Amino acid sequence: MADITLRVNGSEKKVSVASETPLLWVLRDTLELTGTKFGCGAGLCGACTVHVDGNPIRSCSTPVSQVAGKSVTTIEGLAASDGFAAGQLHILQAAWIGEEVPQCGYCQTGQIMSAAALLAKTPHPTDEQITAAMNGNLCRCGTYERIRKAIHWAADAAKHARREIAKIDNGEEHGSGGSQ
Amino acid sequence: MSPLSRREFVTAGVAAGAGLVIGFYLPHRFGSHQESFSPNAYLRITPDNKITIVVARSEMGQGVRTVLPMILAEELEADWQQIVVEQAGASTLFGDQTTGGSASIRTTWDPMRRAGGAAREMLISAAALTWNVPRSACTAENGRIKHAATNRSLSYGELASKAATLPIPTDVTLKQSKDYKIVGHRLPRLDSPAKVTGEAVFGIDFRLPGRKFAVLARCPTIGGKVSSFDDKESKISGVNYVGKIGESAIAVVSDSVWAAMEGRRLLNVTWDDGPNKGLNTAAVMASLKQAASAKGVNLYLAGDPAKINGRHFSAEYELPFMAHAPMEPGNCTAHFQGTKCELWAPTQVPQDCRDSVATAVGLDPDQVKVNVTLMGGGFGRRLEHDYALEAALVSKAINAPVQVIWTREDDMRFSTYRPASLHRLSATLDGSGFPVALTHRIISPSIAGQKGQAVPNGVDPDLPDEAGPVYGLANYLIEYVSPRTPVPLGWMRSVYALQAAFALESFIDELAVAAGKDPLHYRLHLLANDQDLPYFTTTWHTARMRGVLQLAAEKAAWDKPLPAGHYRGVACFGCFASYMAEIVEITMENDQPRVHRVVAAVDCGLVVNPNILEQQIQGGVVYALGNALRAKITIEKGRVVQGNFDDYAPLRMEETPAVEVYAVPSAEAPTGIGEPSVPPMAPALCNAIYAATKKRIRALPILSSR
Repeated sequence: MADITLRVNGSEKKVSVASETPLLWVLRDTLELTGTKFGCGAGLCGACTVHVDGNPIRSCSTPVSQVAGKSVTTIEGLAASDGFAAGQLHILQAAWIGEEVPQCGYCQTGQIMSAAALLAKTPHPTDEQITAAMNGNLCRCGTYERIRKAIHWAADAAKHARREIAKIDNGEEHGSGGSQ
Repeated sequence: MSPLSRREFVTAGVAAGAGLVIGFYLPHRFGSHQESFSPNAYLRITPDNKITIVVARSEMGQGVRTVLPMILAEELEADWQQIVVEQAGASTLFGDQTTGGSASIRTTWDPMRRAGGAAREMLISAAALTWNVPRSACTAENGRIKHAATNRSLSYGELASKAATLPIPTDVTLKQSKDYKIVGHRLPRLDSPAKVTGEAVFGIDFRLPGRKFAVLARCPTIGGKVSSFDDKESKISGVNYVGKIGESAIAVVSDSVWAAMEGRRLLNVTWDDGPNKGLNTAAVMASLKQAASAKGVNLYLAGDPAKINGRHFSAEYELPFMAHAPMEPGNCTAHFQGTKCELWAPTQVPQDCRDSVATAVGLDPDQVKVNVTLMGGGFGRRLEHDYALEAALVSKAINAPVQVIWTREDDMRFSTYRPASLHRLSATLDGSGFPVALTHRIISPSIAGQKGQAVPNGVDPDLPDEAGPVYGLANYLIEYVSPRTPVPLGWMRSVYALQAAFALESFIDELAVAAGKDPLHYRLHLLANDQDLPYFTTTWHTARMRGVLQLAAEKAAWDKPLPAGHYRGVACFGCFASYMAEIVEITMENDQPRVHRVVAAVDCGLVVNPNILEQQIQGGVVYALGNALRAKITIEKGRVVQGNFDDYAPLRMEETPAVEVYAVPSAEAPTGIGEPSVPPMAPALCNAIYAATKKRIRALPILSSR
């Protein structure tokens, strides 16, 4: 057993677990953050995707000792980590609802975490970039094309929001509405 | 007017806390054998104006927690925003709660509408009495009863207590579909928000204070047992119990999932491999071939194909074992407490869980409570109840609440598999190359038969939903031979329909090619006459099959040329009372097909929620494409070879085509939609591959058979 300190969704957590324990089980069992899912245990399906220092990783095959002292973001903390106010959905979560992506929904939190990591680096991804970023996330309900649409939607909405913010920052009048 | 029959008796009474309760009986798809009135879902309207609809089917992604309430709310003239959905657990109050067979809408459509309609009429009566006006002057709208003449209205909540004291109407006029405000509309799924925030509680997420976690070491050889075990090394920190569960498994129990998994890895077990240690896939397929010459039982017979002379054409097709592989691995939480046992199960069969657990732990069924959680996919895997039994037995053994978790390898290797099958088709052709006689012999082990369930007259009870005739041929025989296999069998999405459609629709394509005719127009020619084809309790209509083929052809612009290097294939099939046609467009890259576009046309009667219909068809096509390309479970030395998503690889985003969905406008009662999009996909794809390469694929999966 080892005492390991990590930052999870912005707050410091001390856990006492075997150091080779995959981060997934520390999140799910020790910290009771069950939004991160177990799918394969071998980094093959992406259901367990979380961010470590902003990068998407498969928590099922990442020993918790490797993330000691690092910053972990799970689906529960995603919106806050990207600056959305408490109680607000992340723009990708809103897009997922808008495009009616989820069926069973089990893989979707992992899908959203992979998509968020993509948009953080590539705010306006092409279809090829989406495929490359999302190909490691399996969905047995076959929601892939809706996931693609939702990512495009979120990227477009974010772009629009950034323009609006830029206008405010530049002292331009806000609320003219619908400008592209 | 639709009089309520005795069987669909509607009872009303005063709910706990004054209110109106309507209980109603829902028949299972196999028909009811119960004579008593057995309410299966509840509508509860409370004075606080909350309308609760209890869903007695399990949500595995197919949308029942949205769609079933829509049906009732429509007739109730409810305000959709007021609806609260409650999940029913296993109960003796309900009819058959099995979720499967694409049956949830088709078995609940009539009873739910009548229950909503009866409640609406009682609320109207309550308002008329309150205001002392004729009923005919009152209308129900958006959760209120209105009296237009005096501009008065009362909410359903305000009327609930009075309505509960009134007699139940003996007949209810149901709404015309043209007046629908809820049914037929793309209402957002109610379960989406929780599924994107991580708040949704799947079986694996359920937490009970003080619960332990268990993983089981199961004998890897089919039918084998534990001989002995040594748990010295497995008792690592956190592991607090290791013990035999039944004859063929050992449970390792811990405070954490990881320690349980590690403990299992360090367990030394000597297995008694039993009678199947020499079993392999080749032997299974050989046994099917050996059985193939036996005369089967007739599933469908028109005319007498054996008496028709002429030019013959025959072919044989083969399909492998497949695994469901839902994203959420098997799991169940159980708390055994001496005289009672409570379960939290991601299950399609809460009542089977209750009954088998009761037997296994020595309780009466009414001492076992089964709560149904959300499921991370089902596809038929959760029609079994092995996970529930294990959880109950471990909880009893350790006298504490426990969650049993399966790993992906457990799921892959200890599943119940889609039966491998063989299909012999033969046709007698006329001068133009059209069949005047056709015989399809299905050689497939029976799932129900293996499980010891009833197989009336040798007909597996799934076949009436899944292996019917497509074409109205004068001489047409579908027969069924069911050899036995020791490989555990289960119902996987579309069950026998996937097998039957692959064989039949590949064969028809071969006939079209042999006749030098376009495969779409060849099929349309065979469907040109309007015919009714009675098959068990369903009557298939060639006109409706023709309709979906024509719709798909129109949307895919079948008669227009494709870009160079692009090829098309078509297939159609009917199952679960719905009609489906799919047109697949591919290119070949490095000798492998790449699917660009799938046009799917369906006739499933009236569409309750177009969005959920599209989800089911898109999902079914993607599931089926993955199956067709790669899904194959093999057996060596009595053990399942595949273990995870590397050697049993589902479809990923890079291989996923655009799937366009079109529904034939219809006012017929809704039929199944969870499964019918699966069967046409493999033959349509193989037919496209033939168009591209002139190579005929007669064995699935495509990529290992090439």
